[in-house]
Amino acid sequence: MNLRKLSFDAVVIGGGGAGMRASLQMAKSGFKTACLTKVFPTRSHTVSAQGGITCAIASADPNDDWRWHMYDTVKGSDYIGDQDAIEYMCSVGPEAVYELEHMGLPFSRTENGRIYQRPFGGQSKDFGKGGQAARTCAAADRTGHALLHTLYQNNLKNETVFLNEWFAVDLVRNQDGVVVGVIAIEIETGEVVFVESKATVLATGGAGRIYASTTNAHINTGDGNAMALRAGYAMQDMEMWQFHPTGIYGAGTLVTEGCRGEGGYLINKDGERFMERYAPNAKDLAGRDVVARSMMTEILEGRGCGEMGDHVYLKLDHLGKEIVHSRLPGITELSKTFAHVDPAVNPIPVVPTCHYMMGGIPTNINGQAITRVNGEDQIIPGLYSCGEAACVSVHGANRLGGNSLLDLVVFGRAAGLFIEEQLHQGIDHRQASEEDISHAMSRLNRLDSNEKGEDTATLKRELQSCMQNYFGVFRDGDFMKKGREELSVMRGRIANLVIQDKSKAFNTARMEALELQNLFEIAEATAISSDERTESRGAHSRRDFPDRDDANWLCHSLYDPINQTLEKRDVNFTPKTVETFEPKERTY
Amino acid sequence: MLISIYRYNPETDREPYMQDIDVDMPEGKDLMVLDVLNLIKEKDETLSYRRSCREGVCGSDGMNMNGKNGLACITPISEVAKNNKLVVRPLPGLPVIRDLVVDMAIFYKQYERIKPYLQNTTPASGRERLQSPEDRAKLDGLYECILCACCSTSCPSFWWNPEKFVGPAGLLQAYRFLADNRDEATSERLSELDDPFSVFRCRGIMNCVSVCPKGLNPTKAIGHIRDMLLSRAT
Repeated sequence: MNLRKLSFDAVVIGGGGAGMRASLQMAKSGFKTACLTKVFPTRSHTVSAQGGITCAIASADPNDDWRWHMYDTVKGSDYIGDQDAIEYMCSVGPEAVYELEHMGLPFSRTENGRIYQRPFGGQSKDFGKGGQAARTCAAADRTGHALLHTLYQNNLKNETVFLNEWFAVDLVRNQDGVVVGVIAIEIETGEVVFVESKATVLATGGAGRIYASTTNAHINTGDGNAMALRAGYAMQDMEMWQFHPTGIYGAGTLVTEGCRGEGGYLINKDGERFMERYAPNAKDLAGRDVVARSMMTEILEGRGCGEMGDHVYLKLDHLGKEIVHSRLPGITELSKTFAHVDPAVNPIPVVPTCHYMMGGIPTNINGQAITRVNGEDQIIPGLYSCGEAACVSVHGANRLGGNSLLDLVVFGRAAGLFIEEQLHQGIDHRQASEEDISHAMSRLNRLDSNEKGEDTATLKRELQSCMQNYFGVFRDGDFMKKGREELSVMRGRIANLVIQDKSKAFNTARMEALELQNLFEIAEATAISSDERTESRGAHSRRDFPDRDDANWLCHSLYDPINQTLEKRDVNFTPKTVETFEPKERTY
Repeated sequence: MLISIYRYNPETDREPYMQDIDVDMPEGKDLMVLDVLNLIKEKDETLSYRRSCREGVCGSDGMNMNGKNGLACITPISEVAKNNKLVVRPLPGLPVIRDLVVDMAIFYKQYERIKPYLQNTTPASGRERLQSPEDRAKLDGLYECILCACCSTSCPSFWWNPEKFVGPAGLLQAYRFLADNRDEATSERLSELDDPFSVFRCRGIMNCVSVCPKGLNPTKAIGHIRDMLLSRAT
């Protein structure tokens, strides 16, 4: 097999916020860095992030402290976020955000010229004792767009090599088990290329498309995580999926938590502000898991809105036209397009919608990917991950709004810094053999040569409805068992997908088949992890185990794809500069 | 509903053709054009087009629908179809790779040409550079561009001179940095645009304004650049 080969010091798979922050770091230092992305970088899903990036820059409140942010994040994670990683993110955050401003990110401003910050869910002052904080730095309600374009622009400036519209298929490992690059398809020509690298960074984002209803883009198919799973690497906390309280009913598109930060609130069919009952202090700005469950409870108990009673309303009109249109211009546009309402006049119909994958590839603070060998953590040589694909873990069982943009900037940067140092010291490994490469080609070869099997569209619908029905906001052991059975039958069928269209040039049928296989890997990891974690914590809420069980489950779950079993992994409770935040009952 | 789609596969078709497809529209639902393309693709996987966010912010699915450029994901069928018919073509003026997928290299090249990044060599403090809300407001209507190319590919001046005329999208971003008081390269930026083609090929046709899915106004930005160039010359 004679594949064309491209060689780099580092290759980053994924051109979203995390990937481009990592590639920027390395390109700036003069290393030959490639960013390989299946869509043109500014089409990545970071572009859809709205409300902002949470960080204690002390603009809204001069006394703000990153330790308060850390406390909120630990509590938000329901105590299975790693405290060393959260400490790193919250303390380094301001520097990373100022860098973005220096790069040109058009943040909104306060009267004295500083970056504008708005309140978001789960935020407090003084370790939960000082009331609501306003800590989310914003560029109107288009922060992700502004951030992604700024990063792309600065990568252009620093001459990152962009492999735009290239699709990574699988990891290539040499005889020593070192990850030495990926097999990728140049989509325009269909050519398959071996992209060789001293460091391979998976920054492929989330996989919300495993669910039928999601705020995620069509492209969010967990490609990097699936590549890692196929290579036999462990996946952490995959039962932890965030359902965002305010997806637009019917369309699934997101309306930012910033709406509630600016003073909007949720009402049921009686016009009652029901969050006052569930979270008397934080109300509509409680943790996302808490708000989503409260909404579902309202709906299930017959207080939902609309003919079917299957959604609730987000009310904004009391804020007045000026605030709504100036602070939330993007939301106004989206509501008009997808819900046919002007939020300055009428409430927006909303429903909890799959939004974010808290789990992912376990990594340390330097972005090094970790797997398990005989019950011990082991660093995977050559492989790194950051952003939503990774699980470092700063979000634990529930992510706070505004923390994902911070996560991707801080840990994209950290991975870049670490790899830079490694490259300076010199990275040397054996080249991949013909056999190593053909091993990585096996999935693609099977798809290309398969003549009989099922088509992508039908199976994708089946997979998404299975996940939606059995692994949603509320979970139950019996249902999940059924879901697992359906999935185990689906495994063979999805491995045996067939594409009729075997052409080379811009063949999107081939991409979608490969993406469905990726989605399946993520779905199965999710299903097994969800069924095996016999407690309720953060976003993982079980009817048959309604309570948090710290005695048995104050830990990460680690899914082993080879044996399809779940192990436990310790949470880090030893931050370096502050005292441990001990687990407490989590109320808002 | 009759959907007529531009088809071309370089490996099998000697030339492009229009394919007419009868689509059963689900009752009581006003689908977006992208939803309809997805329905068609479920039956015919060979149909190729780009799509990502499906909410009008990523700029992947710019195409020409009944003669007008727009984003398929936020264009309701009811808004564009005429007499129960919709003609879907790739963005005009760019080489077609396959079906609705165009080669956007020249469009991106013009974007890169204007150096679309903040230039400021003054060392920054340990915090953010300050900017008043009034100065920040000067970037509104500029920074929101999603690079979908609907504007540049509807511009006759860009069709004629895609190598020399920067085009509305590129110029909107050129002005985004000229208007940013944090940027120090105003003079260099203007010098690089100061020729008969880069800016002055704009004839004020304003197709760019009428098609922009984000409601931006490149013509106005181009006007500001003209003024800056002219006042510099006098």
